[in-house]
Amino acid sequence: MVEMVARPYATAFETYAVKHPEVIALSADLTSSVEIDGFRDRHPEQFLSMGMAEQNMLSFAGGMGLAGFRPFIHTFAVFLYRRPYDQLMASVAYPRRKVRLMGFLPGITTPGGMTHQAIEDISVMRAIPNMTVLETGDATEVESIVEVADSIDGPVYCRVLRGSVPRLFDTPLRLGELRVLSEGTDVMVVTAGITTEEAIRARGALDAAGVSVRHLHLSTLKPFDAEAIIAHAASVKHGVVTLENHVVAGGIGSMVAEAMAEAGLGKKLIRLGLQDTYAHGGSRPYLMRYYGLDAIALVRGIERLMGVETGIDENALDAVRVDAVHSNVKAEAL
Amino acid sequence: MPDAFGLKNAKTTEEVALGIRRRVFEHTIRNNGGYLSQACSAAEQLAFLYNEALTLGQPTLPMIPKPFGGVPSASNPDYHTGAGYNGPFEPQFDRLFIAPAHYALVAYATLIETGRMAPEGLEMFNKDGSSVEMIGAEHSPGMEVHNGTLGIGLSTGAGLAWGRRRNGDAGDVAVFMSDGEVQEGQTWEAVQAAAHHGIDNLWAIMDVNRQQCDGAMDEVMQVGDIRQKFVDFGAVCVEIDGHDLSAMRQAKQEKHEGKPLIILAYTSPTKGMSILERRFPKLHYVRFKSEDERAEYNMSIAAELGIDPIDYAH
Repeated sequence: MVEMVARPYATAFETYAVKHPEVIALSADLTSSVEIDGFRDRHPEQFLSMGMAEQNMLSFAGGMGLAGFRPFIHTFAVFLYRRPYDQLMASVAYPRRKVRLMGFLPGITTPGGMTHQAIEDISVMRAIPNMTVLETGDATEVESIVEVADSIDGPVYCRVLRGSVPRLFDTPLRLGELRVLSEGTDVMVVTAGITTEEAIRARGALDAAGVSVRHLHLSTLKPFDAEAIIAHAASVKHGVVTLENHVVAGGIGSMVAEAMAEAGLGKKLIRLGLQDTYAHGGSRPYLMRYYGLDAIALVRGIERLMGVETGIDENALDAVRVDAVHSNVKAEAL
Repeated sequence: MPDAFGLKNAKTTEEVALGIRRRVFEHTIRNNGGYLSQACSAAEQLAFLYNEALTLGQPTLPMIPKPFGGVPSASNPDYHTGAGYNGPFEPQFDRLFIAPAHYALVAYATLIETGRMAPEGLEMFNKDGSSVEMIGAEHSPGMEVHNGTLGIGLSTGAGLAWGRRRNGDAGDVAVFMSDGEVQEGQTWEAVQAAAHHGIDNLWAIMDVNRQQCDGAMDEVMQVGDIRQKFVDFGAVCVEIDGHDLSAMRQAKQEKHEGKPLIILAYTSPTKGMSILERRFPKLHYVRFKSEDERAEYNMSIAAELGIDPIDYAH
């Protein structure tokens, strides 16, 4: 089975930050929840406790950027943009400060309910000029996102997975490069973050049912590689299904729709994700099932797109073995 | 205080303050509107900052401001802020943020009075395509950050001050603030953070004119004893008459080790232009209701400021 990695962010951040003294970790009272408590204890000179005061934290980070520092703001994804949106705009995004916004517990990966669930963050962040948007889908991407984020000449928002994270990939996250996880010809599936593992599970069963899936995994959400998406979408027979841990408005489904429309690619598109709804508190598997973000939801979406019934059920999905993706298909872009 | 910038003390600070009022008055009469009241209340503070309190280098940008050069963007490599009017970013020099960006007209007048910008700069005020914007942007003369929304200036100053201290810079960070900003929660977040982290290379002077957009602050939202609140949140806080320059000098000397210093400058929003009292408490932006009123204000204020009435186009 897939390897599970414990707290990959904690190790990756510390390893990187100790070599870069101008990197300063900021935290808003969620230090252990964002896996930098050990870093705080071992490297207090590179850690700033900002308290539960996100508005100040964002502007303060902008000021630190003026002095040549590169603040890594660590908090739950939702707290990086909802309350301090004005400060995010004026103090960070507009002036292109090198502030790294490390957003933990994206979408429904938190049981915290509406106030804790960043379900429209991609939509918001990608609309902000100067902002780069990244998302991690496995432990390898979590391990590599720190260095990638810090290489960006401007602000960057990252959806980061925490805790026990599966290792799906054996190559690091590379800025602007999508991963082609399978090269099927019937339908194209686009995923990011936690939905990628779901799609890998669905793919196994779909293969067995004779549905050939072209599966793309995104880790750079902005800038969005529309050209690559269109090239892949043009190569499949039936159309495209997107599956995202986010509302379908403004997220990955919207990005793909915009790209297809602008390219004049007349193919069907089904956008799976939160359908114009808030979520509530619960476990991740429960929420993914309840809101249709899981492997079976993807299978049903593909059936709808193709007008077929595959006969795949929960048992078929449970039997699928998920392994790390070794680069037997071209794992990095085209 | 000696300074690298030779023009600094070409005028007394009193003369600079008077010059600020005169320039803002002239501009307001000519344009049939302007931020007159802010010049009344803040002239001494901005004159003090630029003419005495801040250690600033020679301007690095042209005396006549360049037109708007685009917003910050990866595709705009020639972009720069307006901070060059305050001199270069060097460790020994202070930095200044004008937190209430609607004081821009007064700040531009100060740049002119202290020889940092040509008078032609004010002619570009609020003209399309100009960088001399009505609500000071970060690319406007003398501005470094975009403080168009009130309450974010002190936080940014605190972050910069933290970084400058870590870098070992000798220069301080000063923030010019307005009292309306104490209604914003972020101001208090900033003070508590600066105090918690012992950021004492940060100081602010606040124009306490008790005015805001809707009128008198007490009518809009009472804020209580702000000196006590600043002290309780961890700052050193001094109250002065904001038109008394010797009190201002003394306040700046206040020891504030391990804490930010906030100087509350209590001011009159009609100082030097008594006829504005008629409009109290609607003083945020003065626009004349008729040509007769404009002419009356012109005569009255010119006389009070010791100049001839402005010859403006009717």
